[in-house]
Amino acid sequence: MKMLYEKMLLCRRFEEKAAVAYGTGKIGGFCHLYIGQEAVAAGALCMLRKTDYAIAAYREHAHAILKGIDPKYVMAELYGKVTGSSRGKGGSMHIFDMDCRFLGGHGIVGGQIPIAAGAGFSIKYRKTDDVVVCFFGEGAIHQGVFHESMNLAALWHLPVIFICENNRYGMGTSLERASSIYDLSKKALAYEMERGVVDGMDAVNVWERVSEAVDYARHTKKPTLLEARTYRFRGHSMSDPATYRTKDELNEMKSRDPISLQKELLVAQKLVDEAWFEEVDKKVKAEMEVVMRFAEESPDPDLAELHDHVLVEPEEQSQREGAKSDG
Amino acid sequence: MCWWSQKNSRNGKERSLMAELSYREALNRAMAEELARDPDVFLMGEEVGLYQGAYKVSKGLLEKFGEGRIIDTPITEAGFVGVGIGAAMCGLRPIIELMTWNFSFVAFDQIVNNAAKLRYMSGGKLKIPIVFRGPQGAAHQLAAQHSQTVDALYSHFPGLVVVAPATPRDAYGLLKSAIRDDNPVIFLESEVLYNAKGPVEDNEFLLPIGKGEIKREGTDVTVVAWNKMLYVALTAAERLSQQGISAEVIDPRTLRPLDDELIFNSVRKTNHCVIVEESWPQNSAGAEISDRVHRQCFDYLDAPVARVNSQDVPMPYAKYLEHAVMPEVSQVIDAVKLVLYIED
Ligand SMILES: Cc1ncc(C[n+]2csc(CCOP(=O)(O)OP(=O)(O)O)c2C)c(N)n1
Repeated sequence: MKMLYEKMLLCRRFEEKAAVAYGTGKIGGFCHLYIGQEAVAAGALCMLRKTDYAIAAYREHAHAILKGIDPKYVMAELYGKVTGSSRGKGGSMHIFDMDCRFLGGHGIVGGQIPIAAGAGFSIKYRKTDDVVVCFFGEGAIHQGVFHESMNLAALWHLPVIFICENNRYGMGTSLERASSIYDLSKKALAYEMERGVVDGMDAVNVWERVSEAVDYARHTKKPTLLEARTYRFRGHSMSDPATYRTKDELNEMKSRDPISLQKELLVAQKLVDEAWFEEVDKKVKAEMEVVMRFAEESPDPDLAELHDHVLVEPEEQSQREGAKSDG
Repeated sequence: MCWWSQKNSRNGKERSLMAELSYREALNRAMAEELARDPDVFLMGEEVGLYQGAYKVSKGLLEKFGEGRIIDTPITEAGFVGVGIGAAMCGLRPIIELMTWNFSFVAFDQIVNNAAKLRYMSGGKLKIPIVFRGPQGAAHQLAAQHSQTVDALYSHFPGLVVVAPATPRDAYGLLKSAIRDDNPVIFLESEVLYNAKGPVEDNEFLLPIGKGEIKREGTDVTVVAWNKMLYVALTAAERLSQQGISAEVIDPRTLRPLDDELIFNSVRKTNHCVIVEESWPQNSAGAEISDRVHRQCFDYLDAPVARVNSQDVPMPYAKYLEHAVMPEVSQVIDAVKLVLYIED
């Protein structure tokens, strides 16, 4: 529980720094902040093993960090530096790391959902008991691939936890204006899949419910669809002033800031004292200093890298036992 | 008086017949006029209404024409592109906005297998009067999934018309024609052109689909460029003129059907040709133009056609790498000098 607080705070501070760096032009392109939604990623990823997979859309800084990528490599990627997790080629929307089994970082709404099912397929194929956690927004639920992936995961028993992060808006379009139903987890009924709704501002609630789904997936290989009701405090991306929602609504949601809620919980349960919070604050601040220095001081990618990584070079080809080509 | 001509009338002079419009305003005006003219025309897409368009191209249209005709959709490209095609089959005239053409790949099957084929498969019984429009190409550090040009891709398919205007005037006149056209039209805009300003006549006019335009006259070399790259070509032509080289810049404006004669006539005059395009080099529209020029103007060419393209890689995010990918003025100048056998 203490850990949830720390993790959320790190993500929050990370993105506050990113916002400032975006303002000064050090970060470019599209940059989508996750501020307000931290409880979902923190609650959903903290019980995973290193060998479990996670995948998300373009609002994925927190998911990447919480799946284990050192934040300095994420920040360096935002800066477009060669030390970034994608060597500066991906940017904010495209963070990947196979060591941490973080499968991205995807810019096309809904595009990552069948990939998650594919990761689930690989787990089942190899007969391990890992799982996949797949994040997407409520806006993505109307894409065809969502439904195709649900059916395949349910049909083939793929160990995937689909987490719909319902922050009420897909860009400027509210849930009510985009969906014929309000209770999105009901989509699971059509595929006879397990489902649930969690309070996406309450990291403990997320953690409890996702833990159940993870255990279920490990043991039965079967998928679950969870809807996490949450909110993003900032605009859709850095260029969105978010005029489509009221100040009152925003303030109401901010009064349930997941980090403050977690703090209240820790205090109420007398798990920590004020000094602990100060210590965590200091620790996170110190870590962010290292992160920012790393991003600032890292070099740009070399122009010579431009044509690298389009295809696998012959010398990098996997050597498969017994598979020889002629000549 | 229309709001777009205010700038010219402000100082009390006789109202000019031209106003400076941005590319965005020109598209907006074209849609507003066509929506007003024909009740069967409607606009559908993500964020086109309440949000006023992701790039504000549809600003004010919801207020003017109401929810029945300016229709916000969920994020479901295959769905609303298909809905548009079905509505067009039944006689309506949809304008479907793709927030960017990158997202059209989700609806690729609908565009290619349905919009492009229905008329032919029905032996001419059906008409699909629909416009698919939105920005293509790189903007600023949007990385690989958000920076793609699709002009080569869609102009591959018989059954589609592909228009790619560069100036506000062309955007206005061609969008109006596209909306009135009875065929499925792929209308390619550019995010970085939306703010580009240029003169547009105040009175209503149409520009013909399938006709290009000489954007700058010249005698030594023909430079073919469209969409965003027209500006790169024009800047290069200006610099070349300072070095005594006279480049004729041709904007085909429509990529399918292509205005062959305009290009061929120019090449027959200049005997040299350079093609500048944003897309990747392989199987591109520029490759097609180059092939046609080689075949049809072989006897007139003093050098093989030269081409300037983006680097053959997915778009990298880092600013520095992105710059290295995009075609540059200096590359156009080099290509011109190459075909003219001029050594620096
Ligand atoms: C196929 C596709 N269509 C449109 C877009 C543009 N776009 C990017 S994010 C977004 C909204 C997505 O909303 P949601 O899935 O709810 O996620 P959130 O941004 O709220 O995290 C849109 C329309 C896109 N990236 N991909």
